[in-house]
Amino acid sequence: MRLKNCIIVGAASLAFGATATFAQQSHIGTLEGRAAKGKVLYARYCIGCHGVRGDGEGENAPYVNPTYPKPRDFTMGLFKCRSTPSGSIPLESDLFNTISRGVHGTAMPSWLPLTPQDRADLIAYVMTFSSRFKEEKADPPVQIPPETPDTAESIARGKETFEKLKCAECHGPEGRGNGPSAPSLRDSKGNPIVPYDFTSGARFKCGETNEDLYRIFMTGLDGTPMPSYIDYLKPDQAWDLVHFLRTLQVNYKKRKTIQAKSAPSKKDQSTEPELKPVATPEPKN
Amino acid sequence: MSFAVQKYRGLAKAIGACVLCGLAALGFYAFLGITAQPTNAIPAFARKYGLPCSACHTAWPELNSFGQTFRDNGYQLNNDHDSPIYQQPSYFPITFRITPQWHRESTNNQPIDSIPGDASSALKQGTITSHGFDLSGLDIWTAGTLFKNISFSLLPSSNPSAGFHFENAYVRFDNLLNSRWLNLKVGKFELDNLISEKRFLFLSANGGLYQSYHFVPVGDTNTFGLGNNALGAELMGHSANSYTRYSVALLSGNDGGVGLPTSRSYDTYVTFSQAFAVGKIGLQRFGGYAYLGMRPTIPLTSTAVVGTAPGTTSVIPGAAYGNKSFYRVGFAGDMNVGKFEFLPFYMHGYDSVFLGTGTPANQALPAGAMAPTWNGGFVETHYHVNPQFVLVQRDEVIRMSRQALPGNAPNLGNIDAYSVGYRWYPIMFSRAGLAFHNEYSLTRTQGNTPLSGTGIGVFDPTAAVWSNSVLAGFDLDF
Repeated sequence: MRLKNCIIVGAASLAFGATATFAQQSHIGTLEGRAAKGKVLYARYCIGCHGVRGDGEGENAPYVNPTYPKPRDFTMGLFKCRSTPSGSIPLESDLFNTISRGVHGTAMPSWLPLTPQDRADLIAYVMTFSSRFKEEKADPPVQIPPETPDTAESIARGKETFEKLKCAECHGPEGRGNGPSAPSLRDSKGNPIVPYDFTSGARFKCGETNEDLYRIFMTGLDGTPMPSYIDYLKPDQAWDLVHFLRTLQVNYKKRKTIQAKSAPSKKDQSTEPELKPVATPEPKN
Repeated sequence: MSFAVQKYRGLAKAIGACVLCGLAALGFYAFLGITAQPTNAIPAFARKYGLPCSACHTAWPELNSFGQTFRDNGYQLNNDHDSPIYQQPSYFPITFRITPQWHRESTNNQPIDSIPGDASSALKQGTITSHGFDLSGLDIWTAGTLFKNISFSLLPSSNPSAGFHFENAYVRFDNLLNSRWLNLKVGKFELDNLISEKRFLFLSANGGLYQSYHFVPVGDTNTFGLGNNALGAELMGHSANSYTRYSVALLSGNDGGVGLPTSRSYDTYVTFSQAFAVGKIGLQRFGGYAYLGMRPTIPLTSTAVVGTAPGTTSVIPGAAYGNKSFYRVGFAGDMNVGKFEFLPFYMHGYDSVFLGTGTPANQALPAGAMAPTWNGGFVETHYHVNPQFVLVQRDEVIRMSRQALPGNAPNLGNIDAYSVGYRWYPIMFSRAGLAFHNEYSLTRTQGNTPLSGTGIGVFDPTAAVWSNSVLAGFDLDF
């Protein structure tokens, strides 16, 4: 009888363990991340800001540069950088990309020096902080159609869209992040948050390519006041907006070079050449 | 019942014995110690970026891959906010490091007077042992960025008596032509060794240096050491994650000394390393290096230097000649298997016969003299129990493969060294760090004064000199 009980308890434990193990794994491509390993790495690299409980209340959180957003609270299951629609949990590959790339303009650096396996392990552990990853399934990613030609007309249309959607309310008319609403913005935890300043660089919080920019305003940045515009913008309009926003980035050299090369000459004002799509810029650092 | 009581009494006794043994061991270790050389960890960066020590260090001061990349980027995270203009005006990137300690040194086969204080008494063989509380040198280190992509480091470092020198001082221009493959450093800096002696985990007199990094054969006049910081310019580059790295340096041939104290020669140091992420095992890095240099053998002199008595021969600084060559080549690695880290290192050394025999280039060599060569290396092992506790050990050997003089014993100058210890970091956060360091190191030098430790010479050149160190100290870094 005792033996039988032991077997039952053992089998139940094994079954529970297997379930728990499954729930604490991540899968990014061929990589299989393990939460147990990720916990060790988390204690080494992440705990200072994101805290023991993953609630963004690490020892250093109160002292993060005030112009930066506060560290992410993983327990809420809300993530800025996703390929999935607003409200959905991110794909595991989205989290992998965020850790690898860092979140530009925040205290979150790029953890590219960690091995891919380490990053996958970290993701497996980060997902344990929110029950959403056990209870929900990520929605399909937002589709990004091929980029439309980057022309002066596209930029003009993008500017109209920028005004129509009242982007300047937060980002300011010149994209400096100083719109009239900017001082009152709060993130999902009530912490002040500063809108993106397009003039500060060529990178965004969630990437640096035109596709990344397209994705950002189609998915929104969950946990921040930046909403999703997928219901308000057609793909062509979204690309127009991308083209206009790039003109606000004074440090976006590739774009400026293409514009300069493509500008109509004085002797042939009537036949303005069609601009080629902007190439993906080479990461500089 | 009585059995249970006895059982618990026995258990209590066992626990009590363990506690007593532990306390005794702690007490014993608390009375052990040694002198530390300058090593590097920078809480100022932790304060700037809000990261714990463990983000950049496997166990400070040793860098991990993230810290290596941060350093390769010119102490930048490349978040466009690295420039000091983004910092609080009161922020000052300065770090202090010192190690109050207790240490014991002992060296045998030493020549001591038979009658202390009587110079006429014969020398006798003896063991010199000393111990006591002590201080390491003090590092006052400031480093960081002057502007985006312009970084710097300045490290005035003292000996235990507060005699200061500049351990390093340089400016670095990062990401030239917007390429991480082009970074130029000018000034005095640590050689780009894959295994850094400035950021390693040993502090004792015998363990606190790599013997291979400072070894020269018996009778050799070369002063070069791979572990010595050097003056010059270094071009280095790296991939985005620093898995691929290279460096090429042009260095003054004066071993880092200021004031042009020796000659007008220049040395070259070339390194390359490549890291591989091996699945669940971890990151493995392998690399090679070559140091090619020259040292003068003939000092330029004058008997008419103003301010000296007529006829007095004075050496004219920085103007020696008769340069003769030497090189150091080898490979190193940084291999990780779970919590284990292995650091293998190999070096082949060669010095010109003139350097090896201490013969000026304009004089005849001793009969049968040959250029000395040797092989050296070590394997260092770390076991990172957790970010706050690490066990370390190192085995090192140096073997002469060719002696400079035919009369030398084949094993003259050979060294065996062994170190073991641990570091416990009770305080490790984004503002400061404190480590309890405990280490035992032992060296065996054949027929020569030990390269490390407190030996004063050798009594019997046919026998080995054993030197050992024990250290226990508090390594604090703010």
